[in-house]
Amino acid sequence: MKHVTEFRDPALAKGLLAEIARLCEQIGARREKPVQIMEICGGHTHAIFRFGLDKLVHQGIEFIHGPGCPVCVLPMSRVDECIEIAERPGVIFTTFGDAMRVPGTRGSLMQAKARGADIRMVYSPLDALEIARRNLEREIVFFGLGFETTTPSTAFAIQAAAREGVKNFSVFCNHITVPEPIRALLSDPHMSLNGFIGPGHVSMVIGTHPYDFIAQEFRKPIVVAGFEPIDLLQSVAMVLRQVAEGRAEVENQYARVVPEHGNPASLAAIADVYARRPSFEWRGLGEIDASGLRIRPAYAAFDAEEKFGVGYGATVARHVPEPEGCACGAVMTGRIKPTACPQYGLGCTPETPLGALMVSSEGACAAYWQYGGARGAAA
Amino acid sequence: MCLGIPGQITAITDEAREMAMAEVSGVQREVSLAPVADRPLGELVGQWTLIHVGFAMAIIDEDEAARTLEALRDLGEAQETLDAMAEGQKALEGTQ
Repeated sequence: MKHVTEFRDPALAKGLLAEIARLCEQIGARREKPVQIMEICGGHTHAIFRFGLDKLVHQGIEFIHGPGCPVCVLPMSRVDECIEIAERPGVIFTTFGDAMRVPGTRGSLMQAKARGADIRMVYSPLDALEIARRNLEREIVFFGLGFETTTPSTAFAIQAAAREGVKNFSVFCNHITVPEPIRALLSDPHMSLNGFIGPGHVSMVIGTHPYDFIAQEFRKPIVVAGFEPIDLLQSVAMVLRQVAEGRAEVENQYARVVPEHGNPASLAAIADVYARRPSFEWRGLGEIDASGLRIRPAYAAFDAEEKFGVGYGATVARHVPEPEGCACGAVMTGRIKPTACPQYGLGCTPETPLGALMVSSEGACAAYWQYGGARGAAA
Repeated sequence: MCLGIPGQITAITDEAREMAMAEVSGVQREVSLAPVADRPLGELVGQWTLIHVGFAMAIIDEDEAARTLEALRDLGEAQETLDAMAEGQKALEGTQ
């Protein structure tokens, strides 16, 4: 954990911490009755723990860690389907490295690779497309995973494959969207959140207007934030100021990178290549309406669901229950802290993860483990 | 995995495919300019961009690039991205 004196601008950080404390006193926020702020993005969760912001801010602030870590919300059945595709003869299955260790019912992609499947970690969907160009006798499948930051890159790769007439490249599309799970969380009658810190790089693609419903329909503040510790402190202060003044607005702390209307070229590629699925399964959260993207029929030749008959493209998407004792769902919705999970640090560690929140450095459980120490030591 | 990393565009490598060479923390990597190709590509040479999974997603200024890189280094994300780029190269060669 960092100390405030190590920040790039310690005086600014101290000023913001004092401002946060003053606003907490004004609102009457205290440890027993905190203001609950959800940081949606897993990158923010990681930053909050890395910089120790949860311990630096006034005790009247409680960070609730949101569903914005793509591998953490990946259902076991999708991992199983990846392995099913990867084990078909002639297939080279390509994926971001993050997904390699997520457990499915038949183990992880890493374990399938060890059993002999040709599974390769790529940095970009363009790497997968290049593998297809170089291996015309093989079928190359790219595992499309991630939120709106990543979604356009897969779309651009599919458009490029279509332009060039590449025949041996397809995408197993599991791209998901940020606003819909937030709507689902806000619609839960037990929801007690006071405000949100909005994702930075997702918003660079989609802009700030997709969050309007949070302020207008649900009367909650949301502030889109950058990733430096100062950005996060400033955003917390902005959320608190809205709470103190009884306002609910979409504010943009990260305007130096996030345009109000997003990135037009990326949005056009998304609209061209994808359509919304009626619903999509999220690990720990269940099926959420309109929260997943599929490939449009115009690009069916590049849709691995169509090519291999798996996933939502098959007759019915399978559902696999979570492992016994895994409380990822309760942690994800903020009902319990990671340390309250019966498996935390016992059946579930970063080396042998049971649930997905322990896999990624952006997962709440892995962050608790890495920065909070072993069972009991984390607050 | 949704974080971009700052990289400076050093040369256009394929005008038709909107591809360019970028320098990311001392590593050369070919990237797509598709998200920022709403201007003549030549104007992008020398610019700092936020690069995510091989795509230049936004143009940023040099100071923003330096600050973002520092935050990513603190988080270990910068090294993770460079490792992923190296893995991607091995995947192309089939040597993973």
